[in-house]
Amino acid sequence: MKIIKIAATAAFGLTATGSFAETEITFWHAMGGQLGETVNQVAKDFNASQDDYKITPVFKGSYEETLTAGIAAFRAGEQPNIIQVFDAGAATVIGAAGAVIPVEDLLEQNKLDFDINDYIAGVRYFYADADGKMIGMPFNSSTPIMYYNQDALDAAGVTAPKTWEEFAEVTGPALKEAGYIPLSQSHLPWIFTENFFSRHNLQFASNDNGYTGNDTEIMVNHPAIKAHFTALTEWKEAGLFEWYGTGWSDNQDPFESGKVAMWLGSSGSFGGIQDRVEFNFSATMLPYWEAVTTEPTQTFIGGAALFAMSGHDDAENAAAAAFFDFLASADTQVMWHKETGYVPITEAAYELAAKQGHYEEFPAAEVGIQQLSLPGGDFTRGYRMGFYVQIRDVMNREYGRILTGEASVDEAFENIETEANDLLSRFARTQG
Amino acid sequence: MKRAAFGQIGFPILLLIPQLVIIAIFFYWPAGYAIQSSFYLQDPFGFGSTYVGVDNYTRLTTSRTYLSSFWFTVIFTTLVTFFSLAIALLLAVKADKVIRGAKTYRTLLMWVYAIAPPVAGLMGVMLFDQSRGNITQLLSTFGYDYRLGVNYWDTAAAMITVSIWKQIPVNFIFFLSGLQAIPRSVREAAMIDNASGTSRFWDITFPLLAPTGFFLLIINITYALFDTFGIVDTIVKGEPGNNPMTLVYRVFVDGFRGGDLGGSSAQSVVLMVLVLILTVVQFRFLERRIHYT
Repeated sequence: MKIIKIAATAAFGLTATGSFAETEITFWHAMGGQLGETVNQVAKDFNASQDDYKITPVFKGSYEETLTAGIAAFRAGEQPNIIQVFDAGAATVIGAAGAVIPVEDLLEQNKLDFDINDYIAGVRYFYADADGKMIGMPFNSSTPIMYYNQDALDAAGVTAPKTWEEFAEVTGPALKEAGYIPLSQSHLPWIFTENFFSRHNLQFASNDNGYTGNDTEIMVNHPAIKAHFTALTEWKEAGLFEWYGTGWSDNQDPFESGKVAMWLGSSGSFGGIQDRVEFNFSATMLPYWEAVTTEPTQTFIGGAALFAMSGHDDAENAAAAAFFDFLASADTQVMWHKETGYVPITEAAYELAAKQGHYEEFPAAEVGIQQLSLPGGDFTRGYRMGFYVQIRDVMNREYGRILTGEASVDEAFENIETEANDLLSRFARTQG
Repeated sequence: MKRAAFGQIGFPILLLIPQLVIIAIFFYWPAGYAIQSSFYLQDPFGFGSTYVGVDNYTRLTTSRTYLSSFWFTVIFTTLVTFFSLAIALLLAVKADKVIRGAKTYRTLLMWVYAIAPPVAGLMGVMLFDQSRGNITQLLSTFGYDYRLGVNYWDTAAAMITVSIWKQIPVNFIFFLSGLQAIPRSVREAAMIDNASGTSRFWDITFPLLAPTGFFLLIINITYALFDTFGIVDTIVKGEPGNNPMTLVYRVFVDGFRGGDLGGSSAQSVVLMVLVLILTVVQFRFLERRIHYT
């Protein structure tokens, strides 16, 4: 009894002094498992780095669940100070003017340095508004790259393909001959649609990929991508490609177990693969179609960004600004990059990681950032479309129908175009 | 009659108020709100909403995918309800006859009831997994290439199987107690008249079980329509893709995940109307044929 009393007094004493001296803020995120532990570490480092602010990270489930929880909390007036929103949800949160404070404004108001040109090219404008003002700070930034099983490629006597033509004619057949399923991928809308358009510098949506207006129409029904999906069905038929459903890990597992020789996934998957696989592996850039372009361009970032939600007092906003500043620092970025495999978001952090010899030790860790730093084009900045989570659901459904032979490529892309445009016009009406 | 026990109407109403308040807050208020928002198109953050009339409804009737979810839900509900009732009845009849170790059998059969739907779904995912699943491996020895999450009907089969399995224990408990409530004298009289076990079951036992069966029918349809959400969610791993979806899961996918509150409100109103129709039909037509003892 006595012990409990003492413990209670001690605990009360601690919280009392804690809340007296520090401004406490909350941070909702979607990073589970090992990534979540790294997020906790970042928060702990931030809390230890100064005495004025204390941030509490809270895991809210998947990306979709986190965004939904944030929206519900905002409507109830209980929103967190910082929320992690993923790429497909960006239009929802940026479109709702007044829900968030642009990170650029937040930092400037609190007299902290900000220069958008410090950020690496592929990262800079994805979460920015039409004028190029950064609204959300890129947090876990990744881009699709191609991982390959070095042992498998050696057995087949080939190197990783640079173009899809090379894959179809040389790499694929050789790997199949060597007893492997040559290729799988984990996210058809992200890898084979959004970044397909970016890699080939093709326009993905009207209004400058949706950045400059609300009456956007998707331009997904393009001959180049249709040819790509036609090729996929042929490769699947010929045993050069396999599709294991819409789930991410269902497609990654066969690569890790050594059945599949090459897998298209996230540059952020690096850490996990390294922990789990026993074969030698490396990574290279996303292949492109030479028939479409001879000068492939950069891809843009996927993953998620952090947004400062409005409706909090100045002290809490100052705390959020301090956290953003801490997060963008080269040291934090390098730690985050090394632990998780996500790309560092600033040039300074990239240089620091290189100086520390990280890429000599793990060349595959640099592929994502190299790909993001490739020359850009008119349509490589990203995209901004509302109800995009639903649009991705439509894509996933129709691509699944293509790959199970339920729908032809033409029919599927027509469906995607019609349904996506319907959703976009609905979203435009909500923006009034 | 009993009404005489209360002096005036005020007191009984007072006693009912807690219940009425709970119903009003947790049912009528959200239901009314859903009906209202089904006529609007809302910005997810609630900054503005536009009145769109019946747009959200007409959109559903023209959506090929909504209709396909609708028909899938009909098939799903029919199969789950029928098989979970039929298998539970069979098990209950057999368990009722067991004399030695009866309690152990019954406990084992009821066990599954304690499993939460998402856990049941997770076990289903493991059993039906593409590369490691035991059932997948079993089917491949018969030459069938089972692909969960890839093939529409393969995924549907997993959803239906897991949903049936999860519901059998509840039905079993009710059927068993229903069977034990049938008077011994009736059974013995039947045994003298008719030696065939099968016809005794259909002529005597089954009609006497009808009230239990009717109750379970309603419970099971509701279960298949609504409570299977967790199973569906775990089996498609939160990414429906080209897999089947039940109507309830669709409300979640379009509304919560997709942020379209108006559209998904319309979907939930459709569900409400469906349940209303179903309830009226059941009580009007089915219940008349059932005799409570």
